[in-house]
Amino acid sequence: MKPLSKQIGSTLNRVDGHLKVTGAATYSAEYELPGMSYAVLVGSTIAKGRIKSIDARAAEKAPGVLAVITHFNSPKVPGFTPTGKDPSQPQTTGGRLKVFNDDKVRFNDQPIAVVVADTLERARFAARLVKAEYEQEKHETDMAAGLRQAFVPTQAKKNPKSGVADYVRGTADAYKTGAVKLEAEYVIPTEVHHPMELQAIIAHWEAPDRLTIYDKTQGTMATRRDFAKEWGLPEENVKVIATFVGGAFGNALHSWPHESAAIIAARQVKRPVKLVLTREQMTTMVGYRPHTWQKIGMSASPDGKITAITHEATGQTSSYEEFTESTVQQTRMMYTAPNVNTRYRLAALDVSTPIWMRGPGEATGAFALESAMDEMAHLLNLDPLEFRLRNYTDKDPENGKPWSSKFLKECYQMGAERIGWSKRQLKPGSLRDGDWLIGYGMGVGTFGAHRGSSKANVRLLPNGTVVLQSAVTDIGPGTGTAMTQIAADTLGLPPEKIRFEWGNSEFAPAPTQGGSAIVNTVGPAVQEACLALKEKLRTMAGASNAAFASARKEDVVFADKYLTLNGNDTARASYADLLKQTDGGFVTVESKPNGENGQKYSMYSYSVHFAEVRVNPLTGEVRVSKLVSCADAGTIVNQKTAGNQMKGGAVGGIGMALMEATHMDDRFGRYVTKDLADYHVPVQADAPAVEVLFVNQPDPHVNALGTKGIGEIAIIGVAPAIANAVFNATGKRVRELPITPDKLV
Amino acid sequence: MNNEPDLPPSHDEARRNFLKQSSLLTAVALVPAPVVQAATAELDERVAAAIEKVPLKLEINGKKYKLDVEPRTTLLDLLREQLNLTGTKKGCDYGQCGACTVHVDGQRVNSCLSFAVMHDGKKITTIEGLADGDKLHPMQAAFVKHDGFQCGYCTPGQIMSAVACVREGHADSEAEIREYMSGNICRCGAYTNIVAAIQEVKNGGQKV
Repeated sequence: MKPLSKQIGSTLNRVDGHLKVTGAATYSAEYELPGMSYAVLVGSTIAKGRIKSIDARAAEKAPGVLAVITHFNSPKVPGFTPTGKDPSQPQTTGGRLKVFNDDKVRFNDQPIAVVVADTLERARFAARLVKAEYEQEKHETDMAAGLRQAFVPTQAKKNPKSGVADYVRGTADAYKTGAVKLEAEYVIPTEVHHPMELQAIIAHWEAPDRLTIYDKTQGTMATRRDFAKEWGLPEENVKVIATFVGGAFGNALHSWPHESAAIIAARQVKRPVKLVLTREQMTTMVGYRPHTWQKIGMSASPDGKITAITHEATGQTSSYEEFTESTVQQTRMMYTAPNVNTRYRLAALDVSTPIWMRGPGEATGAFALESAMDEMAHLLNLDPLEFRLRNYTDKDPENGKPWSSKFLKECYQMGAERIGWSKRQLKPGSLRDGDWLIGYGMGVGTFGAHRGSSKANVRLLPNGTVVLQSAVTDIGPGTGTAMTQIAADTLGLPPEKIRFEWGNSEFAPAPTQGGSAIVNTVGPAVQEACLALKEKLRTMAGASNAAFASARKEDVVFADKYLTLNGNDTARASYADLLKQTDGGFVTVESKPNGENGQKYSMYSYSVHFAEVRVNPLTGEVRVSKLVSCADAGTIVNQKTAGNQMKGGAVGGIGMALMEATHMDDRFGRYVTKDLADYHVPVQADAPAVEVLFVNQPDPHVNALGTKGIGEIAIIGVAPAIANAVFNATGKRVRELPITPDKLV
Repeated sequence: MNNEPDLPPSHDEARRNFLKQSSLLTAVALVPAPVVQAATAELDERVAAAIEKVPLKLEINGKKYKLDVEPRTTLLDLLREQLNLTGTKKGCDYGQCGACTVHVDGQRVNSCLSFAVMHDGKKITTIEGLADGDKLHPMQAAFVKHDGFQCGYCTPGQIMSAVACVREGHADSEAEIREYMSGNICRCGAYTNIVAAIQEVKNGGQKV
């Protein structure tokens, strides 16, 4: 038999590619159910206050309308306890917005009613007939005011060891007495995920105590848990299907009011209800990367050794829910420095709750830290790469542990060579091509190589196909493809003989897709499940065949119609016979991280991004002409999809650096940049040909596959690389993103 | 005296007011009396359905359809919500993202920006009609090969646009492709791979 080529590390085409290019991939809003009805949300037109009255009469009488639901007539949701009545609860803790539960308005465009009709057009028309009267209170949506009242997150108050609690190594604020000193403030505006698929849900009560939802979520299990709790149902009575997710970038990591609203509506009208947000509602109802203020204080010795770093950050959150992220953590471990301290605060405003957006806090924090590194290198008259090398650390300075693996130096070298770093001039504004100034910049990214627990189940079909199932979602990275490759190599089967099924809460439990942790976590579960299947089938075959009884599972070979043994192909057990005995050798396996390794090692992925920019000094236009991203992400399971993911992160970083920002009209507490004409994301003409390089060295400690994760490091460090390149081109340091032309002319 | 004219009502309201307001004498004269009565007595469901729909003939992916649609129904919503052709995607509903791109008589069109009734008698091709049976269109195959997508949501629009881009003769260089494909946003950022796919088709000489 011809030996199979290894799938791990290959460039296998996506297993769902055919479905995606033919329009056959089914996203949440695309399931056909009998009796489907359509829901449209009505949002508040004030940012803070009380709903005095809602006139729904016209809407109720409009053709085709089945229901208009507001807090006045909403079916009671068992999980919604009355809000605002418990004085022991601090105002800013609490939880998700309980839609239609009380008369309070907490942010502009908060859902105050849902209109359900028999067609989309009729629901949309009737929604416009709903009129509300308010008792308005003075709102605050201005970050400047929020910063004046910044506070320590409750989580940090409760637990001083929490990641968002203050941290000190050596002496706090020691930079103030350093030899060469930098103190600078950095700001990123509110950015919105804006995946191309609008958030959508179909809610269907199959029985009074049985709910099925087709939902845009990154975690079928987490969504199931949330809505089972909301309705007081056992978790197994709620089924969540999210086979295809049209991008999310973090905005489907949380359960949102529109999901609750659709479920309430379906309960009321006793029909399946489809609810798709509008593009404007994607700004106000499903989270965003929060407006964040940061300050870095840094000192160094004249020979380029960092002596101290202080990193402060205040992130914006909502008035009813505290959202925190890891904005300052990387500063504790990225560079060797004897004195490091970090402070993280929150600013609560009358807006909806933020949520992690790709790279999350680390991408925000890296803009400050990596810009400051560039600024300090400039003060020291050092090459920024050389400055980073002088402060490279071979163990984790935060806790003294060795790294599980770190090939950042290799990344530096590979990337610098590819971009042509040697062309970079120390003095800004030195390179010119006609009217255009040319500059080079770099930025580093790091993210924890997280691994959680996951199950996977597997069975063999009579035709020799192996089917695996996991509740995990695939929001675009190619999870299904990577898992197919892992299973193929573990079983010794071609990928066509593997069917990996995902995105259903009834499959084997798996964590939410996020935090670059899915291949690290579900990969080993798939691997272990496949090994368990081999062993189970070998034992089954061994009951009537001595050769199998005495063989090892490693020797089991899957042939066309039978199981055989490596080195003994006369031993045969036909699939038909094996499957007569049991349910296809069905095995469920739970895979857990090795806690001991976690104790011994610090585990991180790394990336470095090199940017070449061209800046027109007359118009202030910035073009990213070249971008090289190099990653130390452990084993690369699929070169094609992983490379694509890195390129996508780089494009996201271009958006962050050059164009993405929401603008709030503070008079009304209302965003004015709510669609894709006003909120600019990179289009094809904004994207350079991104080049991706992988070190591709397995990590020996995260898991048996050697993976570390890619999703976040693809974007972390890109924005500062571009900002630093703009400085190198122009001598202008922009510390508030995005770098729009007005900031350069 | 207040000389300021009332602000014009929005489109949908205007349509209803057209039926409801007896002061609009010329309008009333054009509408049969029973309809006006039904309108003023709060629109009866069946009458509403009757007057809200108009006949429409379309050929979609080679199949002929005889339909009754509301004039306010967009081509996109007709495809997705009434004909279950969900390959065409809704990404913004304002013609800003290109996810809903289809071909109307061979031209690429944002289907969210046109009413279905504007296309009476025309030929529509959606992503579902691009392949030749099981055989992928060369652009579809190239997107798979070059991994011109991640989540896949913008992909049908990208592919419909890419086919038109080549047919229009706007795929002669990387820069030209980037310019003429800028109406199709890919938030996953697979732009480099999309260009590679289009270049392969363009340079491969296959019939698109």
